[in-house]
Amino acid sequence: MTDNSVIERHIISVLVDNEPGVLARVIGLFSGRGYNIESLTVSETDAERALSRISIVTSGTPMVIEQIKAQLARLVPIHAVRDLTEHDVAIERELALVKIINKGEERIEALRIADTFRARTLDSTLDSFVFEVTGNSLKVDAFVNLMRSLGSVEVARTGVSAISRGNCIDLEAK
Amino acid sequence: MPKSAPAAGDAKDDTANAAMMMPGAEVLLKALEDEGVEVVFGYPGGAVLPIYDALFKNNKIKHILVRHEQAAVHAAEGYARSTGKTGVVLVTSGPGATNAVTGLTDALMDSVPVVCLTGQVPTHLIGNDAFQEADTTGITRPCTKHNYLVKDGERLQSTVIEAFHVAGSGRPGPVLIDLPKDILMKDASYRQDAIRAVATARYQPVTRPDPAAISQAVDMMIRAERPVIYGGGGLINSGPRASELLTELVEMTGWPTTLTLMGLGALSASNRHFLGMLGMHGTYEANLTMHGCDLMLNLGARFDDRVTGLLSGFSPNSQKIHCDIDPSSVNKNVAVDLAVIGDATMILEALLAELKKRKFTPHRTSLDKWWAQIESWRKRDCLRFSQTGDIIKPQHAIKRLCEMTAGSDVYVTTEVGQHQMWAAQYFDFHLPNRWMTSGGLGTMGYGLPAALGVQVAHPGATVIDIAGEASFMMNMQELSTLAQYNLPVKMFIINNEWMGMVRQWQELIHGGRYSESYSASLPDFRKLADTFGMTGVVAQDAGDLDAVITEMLETPGPVIADIRVAKEENCFPMIPSGAAHNDMLLGPEDQAEKPVSEEGMVLV
Repeated sequence: MTDNSVIERHIISVLVDNEPGVLARVIGLFSGRGYNIESLTVSETDAERALSRISIVTSGTPMVIEQIKAQLARLVPIHAVRDLTEHDVAIERELALVKIINKGEERIEALRIADTFRARTLDSTLDSFVFEVTGNSLKVDAFVNLMRSLGSVEVARTGVSAISRGNCIDLEAK
Repeated sequence: MPKSAPAAGDAKDDTANAAMMMPGAEVLLKALEDEGVEVVFGYPGGAVLPIYDALFKNNKIKHILVRHEQAAVHAAEGYARSTGKTGVVLVTSGPGATNAVTGLTDALMDSVPVVCLTGQVPTHLIGNDAFQEADTTGITRPCTKHNYLVKDGERLQSTVIEAFHVAGSGRPGPVLIDLPKDILMKDASYRQDAIRAVATARYQPVTRPDPAAISQAVDMMIRAERPVIYGGGGLINSGPRASELLTELVEMTGWPTTLTLMGLGALSASNRHFLGMLGMHGTYEANLTMHGCDLMLNLGARFDDRVTGLLSGFSPNSQKIHCDIDPSSVNKNVAVDLAVIGDATMILEALLAELKKRKFTPHRTSLDKWWAQIESWRKRDCLRFSQTGDIIKPQHAIKRLCEMTAGSDVYVTTEVGQHQMWAAQYFDFHLPNRWMTSGGLGTMGYGLPAALGVQVAHPGATVIDIAGEASFMMNMQELSTLAQYNLPVKMFIINNEWMGMVRQWQELIHGGRYSESYSASLPDFRKLADTFGMTGVVAQDAGDLDAVITEMLETPGPVIADIRVAKEENCFPMIPSGAAHNDMLLGPEDQAEKPVSEEGMVLV
């Protein structure tokens, strides 16, 4: 029996029919049953077959994670559910747009840190930057925290998108 | 965002299957006929007038006009559960749809196949707060198995096909189709055949069990020394064959068997291996057998909290096999050792074949010892009561009703509360599909409309709604429907002038402070029957009871029997909330010693 007191973070990918209400079904399932959503991203990935891929980062005990997957799988417009955290196969990336407003030494420091994080400068004024940073959530967190100590900051994050390593397809349409 | 999803069933094909053009409402009725729909329970309104107009000209589909949309859904549930077919509901937009929500939730909780057709304002007005507009698909998303808003007439027929497929296959449930009025009026295409395969392709739940799981289950069964079979509503939903196979399994193994509230009838109550219902108001022997077993074979039950009681104390020393058609039921409340996913009939067939192949014989000595233990629990006779004096005991009333209808094919529905539990305890069911009750949602007001639906499905049968006076009043407008169609439902009201189960909990848990649980200002049920042109009878004391039951059963047409029973009788045995199976209250003498724990107090 797995330990049911440990809270685990899981990335779950879901392939769905891109039809009205499908996102509401997924979100409603999480709120209705009291599951956590740490992030959720969705976009059409196959226009010809009208399929979208949803990436959900959630947390819970192993029993709850198993429930989440089973509950998702029984929604009619859902083709496939894959837990990318299982077997540790997930490559995860998140993109953040970070605006920082500051001056003087702090402005220079911000630019230097952005360079270290391989962030791109998308916009610049005399007292502001907009940086684009990509990485896993921890890297994005770290970057945002550093920026916060250097000025007024506004952040837009995409949430986590993920795919598995290796030569197998995660999610096949029915 | 909306593009043509694969569900569309776009038949791009041959000329032999050319589409016929007709108004959407007619396409809808044709599609219903193709699904074998004979009866629709409904209530008209502005948005569905095109459907009612088409129904007027249709002579294949019978419409039963209810008096409230909630009742339409419960009637469809009664129809579905007593026949195994899918029940159909037709209501208008806005209030029609919102009134149906309780019924849909009830059907979802109890896995009843229902298709609910709702009207909607025309597509160009959706989102404008138009008259009788409600976000029906939004409101019903969490209380249906699936729902649709049809925005393109070309999708109408394939949507109906998929809706019936989803409602009736896998774990059954309610499916709603929201139909804007313009879609119903504009011409749409109808195809005679060829689109079914496409329209049902994307929902294909697993029904055939994995042979490896079956083999593992049989390994565990062979080792069992103190086994129990715990059967639930999945056995009923799978069809009558599952009940036959369960009986075969029980006879072959000689194993003790208990059933949930939803599973009653899957094994005959007269079978010597039947321990009665389990759970909060289940029998002492059923609950202690569950508690003490070393192998639990769960067939189509879901470890509901009414069944398990305190989870940490639930059957602590057993291995558990969970057979269910819905993978999400597995490991939801109770972690199990083996899951077998599939349809109950197919699982039972596979289990029986494997047991025969391996020449299964039960462990005689250990099973005999186990039965001796169970018999000693049985000897407590936990359902005993004594009918003395003039005041009718509610248990006695139900017991006599059961005895006096024995041998005839009777369908029983109930409302929710004490009378429901007494009916489950004292009425014997021998066949599946004869017992219709609101289990998961616990909907007061379910029984009368459900009985109406059962009677429509079985015009010649005896259909009895065992009711409480408070629940009965929640949907008693349906008396008018019974009168209109002369549906001879027998309403057996266990009248104790209290919301009995509320009163019981207030007595046991809230210090006897009977807050708002008295049924004040009750009508004279005999006169009530009279105003609807039906028969009313009253049993005031124990001496009247048999004659009143006879009169109720023998009088043609609908009958209300007002059975005045002991007012303060409680329903025992009882596992108080927050207690385990081995911690039952057997009767009034038990209750003082065992105060309900604080954790138990917060449970429902």
